[in-house]
Amino acid sequence: MVQPVLSIKSLVVEIPTRKGVLRPVDQVSYDIFPGEILGIVGESGAGKSMTGNAVIGLLERPARIVSGNVLLSGNPIHNLSASEFRKIRGKKIGMIFQDPLTSLNPLLTVGEQLVETIIEHLAVSKKEAQERAIAALEEVGIPAARERIGSYPHEFSGGMRQRVVIALALCAEPDFVIADEPTTALDVSVQAQIIALLKRLCRERGVGVMLVTHDMGVIAEAADRVAVMYAGRLAELGAVRDVLTAPKHPYTYGLMGSTPLASRGLKRLKQIPGSMPRLGALPEGCAFSPRCDFAQEVCKTGSSPFIADEDAQAACWFPLQHTKLRSSK
Amino acid sequence: MLAYILRRIFQSLIVLLAVGFVAFAMFSFVGDPVDNMLGQERTQADIERLREQLGLDQPFIVQYWRFLEQAAQGNFGLSYRQGRPVSEIIAERLPATVELALVSGFLAFIGGVGLGVFTAIRRHGLLPSFIMTASLVGVSLPTFLIGILLIYIFSVELGWLPSFGRGEVVDLGGWTTGFLTASGLKALILPAITLGLYQMTLIMRLVRTEMLEVLRMDYIRFARARGLTEKTINFRHALKNTLVPVITITGLQLGSIIAFAIITETVFQWPGVGLLFINAVQFVDIPVMAAYLMMISVMFVGINLIVDVLYFAIDPRLRIERSVGGH
Ligand SMILES: Nc1ncnc2c1ncn2[C@@H]1O[C@H](COP(=O)(O)OP(=O)(O)O)[C@@H](O)[C@H]1O
Ligand code: SF4
Ligand SMILES: [Mg+2]
Repeated sequence: MVQPVLSIKSLVVEIPTRKGVLRPVDQVSYDIFPGEILGIVGESGAGKSMTGNAVIGLLERPARIVSGNVLLSGNPIHNLSASEFRKIRGKKIGMIFQDPLTSLNPLLTVGEQLVETIIEHLAVSKKEAQERAIAALEEVGIPAARERIGSYPHEFSGGMRQRVVIALALCAEPDFVIADEPTTALDVSVQAQIIALLKRLCRERGVGVMLVTHDMGVIAEAADRVAVMYAGRLAELGAVRDVLTAPKHPYTYGLMGSTPLASRGLKRLKQIPGSMPRLGALPEGCAFSPRCDFAQEVCKTGSSPFIADEDAQAACWFPLQHTKLRSSK
Repeated sequence: MLAYILRRIFQSLIVLLAVGFVAFAMFSFVGDPVDNMLGQERTQADIERLREQLGLDQPFIVQYWRFLEQAAQGNFGLSYRQGRPVSEIIAERLPATVELALVSGFLAFIGGVGLGVFTAIRRHGLLPSFIMTASLVGVSLPTFLIGILLIYIFSVELGWLPSFGRGEVVDLGGWTTGFLTASGLKALILPAITLGLYQMTLIMRLVRTEMLEVLRMDYIRFARARGLTEKTINFRHALKNTLVPVITITGLQLGSIIAFAIITETVFQWPGVGLLFINAVQFVDIPVMAAYLMMISVMFVGINLIVDVLYFAIDPRLRIERSVGGH
């Protein structure tokens, strides 16, 4: 069996505040395999970015990992020292940020930023690094890369800048990349191009990708599997085709405004009523219960429902059963 | 870029014209120079002759134009008090002020940027907190008090450094410098610190605020995510972006250093233009006052212009946009 490039096991991130301890990431587990794109979806504030930051060791104080494991190609990385972690960043794990307009240093040319990254991680001469930088730009589809290498970020369009960001994240050849809302800040017309580029690089290089987004369209387009997050927890995990066509968790179902159940005359869930509770005021039991149409007494009491992992794919007492619903039609 | 600079030069000229008008107006409104220059025993003929000689019989606008013409050539007439050309007196005094201002400006910049970066990177800890508190004191203490305090400690109590004057100077063809003698350098220390301390604390606080701001930017997070070292992030990525706005303000500070020099020069009896101006005020020596005013404003405006150009040189975004928009 192929070893996952990234393996998160029961990860918990806490933020101590004056009003108590918050858990923006609570018992999250999943694997990402080489050449695979795992989509992470959920409303804003669900803990998607926090998970990514925890994985790459860039949690901002006072947030910190309190339990769980993060394994990179089988090796634990959540307990590395700051200087050990720095050497991994860029080299083993790359990261792509949301806004290409602010991700690049305005006072350094794209070439300077690429070369400094390459030299930091790979034992190559400056000249060799320069050649690799040009190759990296060519690979992400920057035309006339050799001439553009001396250009400053503001001389590129938004879409081109995001390509530069991707080149920077991949130039030291990491095995795993976190892309945190890589298309959210872009024009709709270039979003598809960037997604296609990510997909291509992922396949060609066998890189594992954690694709964070709140856009189901992006997931449908790019991801192989999808993890749905709600209030810091994993609600559902599964192959994109399964989750999109037959969501098991009522939250996933609502999130997509999808229609498989509508044919059964059930209330159409275009928009989920209410909003995600604040971390400081989570309800007992299932965090989704106040908004859930299927909630029963058991959902609101006692221990929280099952944690979604590879075995139990939806964290729900009453997962939606599409096959039964369909067959009884 | 050329259009931009031309526009800035035009604006500068307007400012200088306005200041020139104020300087010129002093002649007309602050007493009658004829009164000052002629003694008690004077005849009406003497007065008329002098008025004509000074051009005071001409219409106002002609006098103003003539004043500007002369001022542009550095000619401000004779000092009422010393009877010598003002330009000559200022040229004698200028090196002392320029050297003092440069040294304290240099100290302020180096010290301010160094401490600002230090307190921004080490946000927690005893030493940074102490520096921040001390800087508050530095901003709030008046310059003359700092000067007197320094004189008391280092001249009176310890006797290490001179309390007044410039020490021995060497004449380099019209420019007297204190840089080349031991006593000249020693004499520079206390006044330079006194003059530069306020600016240093300002620069330090500015650098700290700016740097903290920059360190929160996305491109710093991205630099971290790329695994660059803290050293590279702080000094290559953050510092450069911090210095863009800091340079403007610091450049402008050089102007105020020269203006503030009046107080320091008085406290240390430093023979520069500031002390000259104070003495001129005491004797209502209008030509000297006017010349000083013009000189300071030319300096301010000039520094402003240079800083704008520097800004261009540092920030590629301005360079491109302006040069594209310029033609
Ligand atoms: N410093 C902090 N103090 C308290 N709560 C925080 C802090 N930083 C983030 N959070 C909370 O952590 C949660 C997760 O945020 P994030 O991971 O950014 O969500 P998203 O899924 O939109 O990326 C949010 O609910 C946010 O309010
Ligand atoms: S556990 Fe209960 S409340 Fe939570 S999603 Fe499932 S049915 Fe709804
Ligand atoms: Mg986010």
